[in-house]
Amino acid sequence: MAKVLVVTSGKGGVGKTTSTAALGAALAQMGEKVVVVDFDVGLRNLDLVLGAERRVVFDLINVVQGVAKLTQALIRDKRLENLWLLPASQTRDKDALTDEGVGSIIADLRTRFDWILCDSPAGIERGATLAMRYADEAVIVTNPEVSSVRDSDRIIGMLDSKTVKAEKGLRVEKHVLITRYDPVRASRGEMLSIDDILEILATPLLGIIPESQDVLLASNVGSPVTLNNAASAPARAYVDAARRLMGETVDMVVPVERKGLMNRLLGRRAA
Amino acid sequence: MISLLRRFSGRPATAPVARERLQILLAHERGLRGQPDLLGLLRAEILAAVSRHVVLDPDKVIVRMDRGPNVSTLEVDIEVPNAFEGSLAAAG
Repeated sequence: MAKVLVVTSGKGGVGKTTSTAALGAALAQMGEKVVVVDFDVGLRNLDLVLGAERRVVFDLINVVQGVAKLTQALIRDKRLENLWLLPASQTRDKDALTDEGVGSIIADLRTRFDWILCDSPAGIERGATLAMRYADEAVIVTNPEVSSVRDSDRIIGMLDSKTVKAEKGLRVEKHVLITRYDPVRASRGEMLSIDDILEILATPLLGIIPESQDVLLASNVGSPVTLNNAASAPARAYVDAARRLMGETVDMVVPVERKGLMNRLLGRRAA
Repeated sequence: MISLLRRFSGRPATAPVARERLQILLAHERGLRGQPDLLGLLRAEILAAVSRHVVLDPDKVIVRMDRGPNVSTLEVDIEVPNAFEGSLAAAG
């Protein structure tokens, strides 16, 4: 049965789009049929991160308004035959999205795919509430930083009250994905620890993505990090997270600092 | 190990401060979340009460709350049209 998963955070710039692309690609590599849907109307970027920016003809709003058929707007990834993109509109206003329109598209996508990953815009306004509206599961992307954790808490409250599942008295299954985790700073007590974040948010952990240059390098060339450098630490962490979404039990790898003892004692940053 | 590293780096650990600030803040915010919209309710009832006597523009009724550490203040700002005094005299 198809699963609708929203990737959300409240706060902007924490890695929602990167994570949507990476998890979508990882699930597709595992043989699942996946569509990633960009809900960030007016500020779409999922197409760019996936390297499909020049292939967008129709978008989500066109489908909502009946200008295009769903099949015309779906873009198949050139590397992964199981991965598809439904882009957001770059020119239209977010008010063009309606609850009924989104509901009917999600219902249609459920008949065609195993996973529907909804990349939420930042904030708690219409775009964000519609991205989570029909979700069965949620990945809350959180940085180890006070404002991100606070916004995640707010989003968790909305997932428990404003989704269709919540209104039916059911629960959206929630997972925290910690991104931009810097083990050096955490070990120095300069960054909220994993345990701090999980205790505060009281939500199970899906994965820990270490701060890494590989994420930027992948987005530069328009490739999900799991494809661009599969051996890199963030790619492996995303693949593990995707396996957990599939129900597998995978040991949690907490990123550790890779430094010599002398550097450690002198408090030097890793180069 | 953390305390040892801290001694060498010469900087205090700030993560415990972050955790404590978040715990206090979120306890407060979660408490507010489930409650009905108190200000909206007050505004609607004040508008209804005053409107029984004076014709008001609903957009000119502003209810604000400021939370302080010891006391909070409730500010009600109602703009009434100039015909107000006449209608009050007629009622009295």
